[in-house]
Amino acid sequence: MSFFQAKSTTTNVKHSVDPAHQPWVEKYRPKTMDDISAQEHTIAVLQKTLVSTNLPHMLFYGPPGTGKTSTILALARQLFGPDNFRNRVLELNASDERGIAIVKEKIKSFARQTPRAQAVASDGNVYPCPPYKIIILDEADSMTQDAQGALRRIMETYARITRFCLVCNYVTRIIEPLASRCSKFRFTPLDSTSTSSRLSHIAREENIDVSPEVISTLIETSGGDLRRSITYLQSASRLSSSTNPPVPITPQDIQEIAGVVPTAVVNDFARTLGVSVDEDMDMDDLPANGKLKGFHSVQKKVKEIMRQGYSASQILSQLHDTIVLHPTLPARQKALSALAFAEADKALCDGADEELWVLDVGLRIHKAITAP
Amino acid sequence: MLTYPQFRPKTLDDLHYHQGLSIRLKSLAASADFPHMLFYGPSGAGKKTRISCTLRELFGSGVEKLKIDQRVFISPSKRKLEINIVQSNFHIEITPSEAGNYDRVVIQDLLKEIAQTQQVDLNAKHRFKVVVINEADSLSRDAQAALRRTMEKYTSNMRIILCANSTSRLIAPIKSRCLLMRVAAPNLEEMQIVLEHVAKKLKFDLPEEASQQIAEDSGGNMRKALLVFETLKMQSPDLSGPLTIAKPDWEMYCHKVADLIVQEQSPARVMEVRAKFYELISHCIPATIILKVKLSIWVPNKLTDNSQTVAERVVERVDEALKADVMHWATIYEGRMRLGSKKVFHLEAWTVKVMSLYKNFMYNFDMADFE
Repeated sequence: MSFFQAKSTTTNVKHSVDPAHQPWVEKYRPKTMDDISAQEHTIAVLQKTLVSTNLPHMLFYGPPGTGKTSTILALARQLFGPDNFRNRVLELNASDERGIAIVKEKIKSFARQTPRAQAVASDGNVYPCPPYKIIILDEADSMTQDAQGALRRIMETYARITRFCLVCNYVTRIIEPLASRCSKFRFTPLDSTSTSSRLSHIAREENIDVSPEVISTLIETSGGDLRRSITYLQSASRLSSSTNPPVPITPQDIQEIAGVVPTAVVNDFARTLGVSVDEDMDMDDLPANGKLKGFHSVQKKVKEIMRQGYSASQILSQLHDTIVLHPTLPARQKALSALAFAEADKALCDGADEELWVLDVGLRIHKAITAP
Repeated sequence: MLTYPQFRPKTLDDLHYHQGLSIRLKSLAASADFPHMLFYGPSGAGKKTRISCTLRELFGSGVEKLKIDQRVFISPSKRKLEINIVQSNFHIEITPSEAGNYDRVVIQDLLKEIAQTQQVDLNAKHRFKVVVINEADSLSRDAQAALRRTMEKYTSNMRIILCANSTSRLIAPIKSRCLLMRVAAPNLEEMQIVLEHVAKKLKFDLPEEASQQIAEDSGGNMRKALLVFETLKMQSPDLSGPLTIAKPDWEMYCHKVADLIVQEQSPARVMEVRAKFYELISHCIPATIILKVKLSIWVPNKLTDNSQTVAERVVERVDEALKADVMHWATIYEGRMRLGSKKVFHLEAWTVKVMSLYKNFMYNFDMADFE
């Protein structure tokens, strides 16, 4: 008997991470559909299918961190219960080889096995456990066109005993024939109230002290991506608890972790370009200053910022927010600046040199703003 | 032996600048849950040094026993890829960009293999192994996508440390899974402290002005500063008198090219410049460097000098516009150079553009002067 016990504990160790060291993203993944924050419409539809136990093929799309993977996992768990979950659900993502051959073989062989008859679940609850399996194709937009093509027929052939769930960020990357076979569910970025309630729930569970300013900084930096804000919160709490004595988390910590350029640096840069930033209201000496040695001051500032190691795309996106949301700049100057930002973004995506482009954007904005 | 690898700090306590970062790294290494990390910053700021110090803090001196392996991976199209791997008992270091387009295969195979084996050394301080991925910003999108789920799934056996120059080219899901560590370039005083420290270790007297000059010249790149220091030490044993920090000869050559462009604008001159470009490229000077470091930054300066000698009353604002234009076209052609395959075309195109801009400007200016 003791032998069996020992064996079972070792297997447990292998499959589960010590909860204290688990990423909070996994630890606080919603267990049931009711736990999922926001996405009310999608959840309501899926709850109905849960009652009738008849699922269509599904296509979940939306920006990262909005709960797509969580939703399908919670749904599957509620359908099959903990015992059958493992052999009824196949999860494939971009880290697995997903060429055409894999789609053909792995999915086919998984889809071919007829599911066994249901048994009563170990925890006593009765699960619907419908007679089909679910194949989750996570990050489906990174599948090749050919592999997606190969899926078409497979989806139809095995429709009796399998349901597919495609999860992706960009619905446009899914080929039309696949998309038309699925019912689509759009996931919207989380609003700030549900994010903040979720974050403070986690903070309570983990016994960490989080001020409302920190929560609002988290929401600001993550832009509706719940996963990102949870990871940042975890990193921040790691940092604060690992020092001795523990220091409270500050909004600056969050900004540093998120790789956000401090507001002061961005404002300073904007001021060099001739944009008046709120804190600094003396408009008189600015244009004169900019006119005298515009090129060199901009060049120097850019060098300084690049030496600090900030990433170009981050600087540009923050500078963009500063300028586009600027209260007093005329529309024409904003438009010219926006044009510069757009070109720079394209070039950076192509892998162009960062310093040159930041400098170029800086000069163009400077020109647009100081022009009579 | 070269100084700089010899005096590379081995522990976090030895590091001279960014004390706040060192304290953080130290406390993170001591705590049980070490996160995935992403070190980023300009080159020569000390990212690698910090990574190796952190590893030492994590596992002790065992990480210094390195061995180099050559591994063969097989791509889906049955091509063999040979990749060099540096590893110790506790960590493994790869540069996946060596594999070019097939870096995804390397990432998938290698990480899965490591993730699925547990630490065998029972005396090890931590149960996980660390994978250091160099040049993470040149990973292809596919490879980055492959990292996403692996990073979450196998946290019990493996931690990843990414090292990159910039985070711009990393996809958001990777960034959100890592703890970002920004390693800024040291400022002048910090560099001088390090230089003096190294000089002291060499029992060598480094004059204040010399260290300042070296620090200024290297532009925040510690590695370059130490190498320059080394060369200077070879040249004059006591570092007395005025120092001349030798510029690489290709830099001088670039200056010459810039001069040529400013002096005269004609088709014949373009041919001359073109020949020089060819020479530079055939000496394996990357075209981006030619364009960026020397010509584009330098030509505008030259332009002002020259135009001021030609006519005293240069309207400052028009000149500003010209400089901005030169820069603008430099960035555009640099971007095209990345996408295109024939670098010299874009260099030439830029040269011609600058010449026409310059000439236009001078012509307009002269006309204005007559009126």
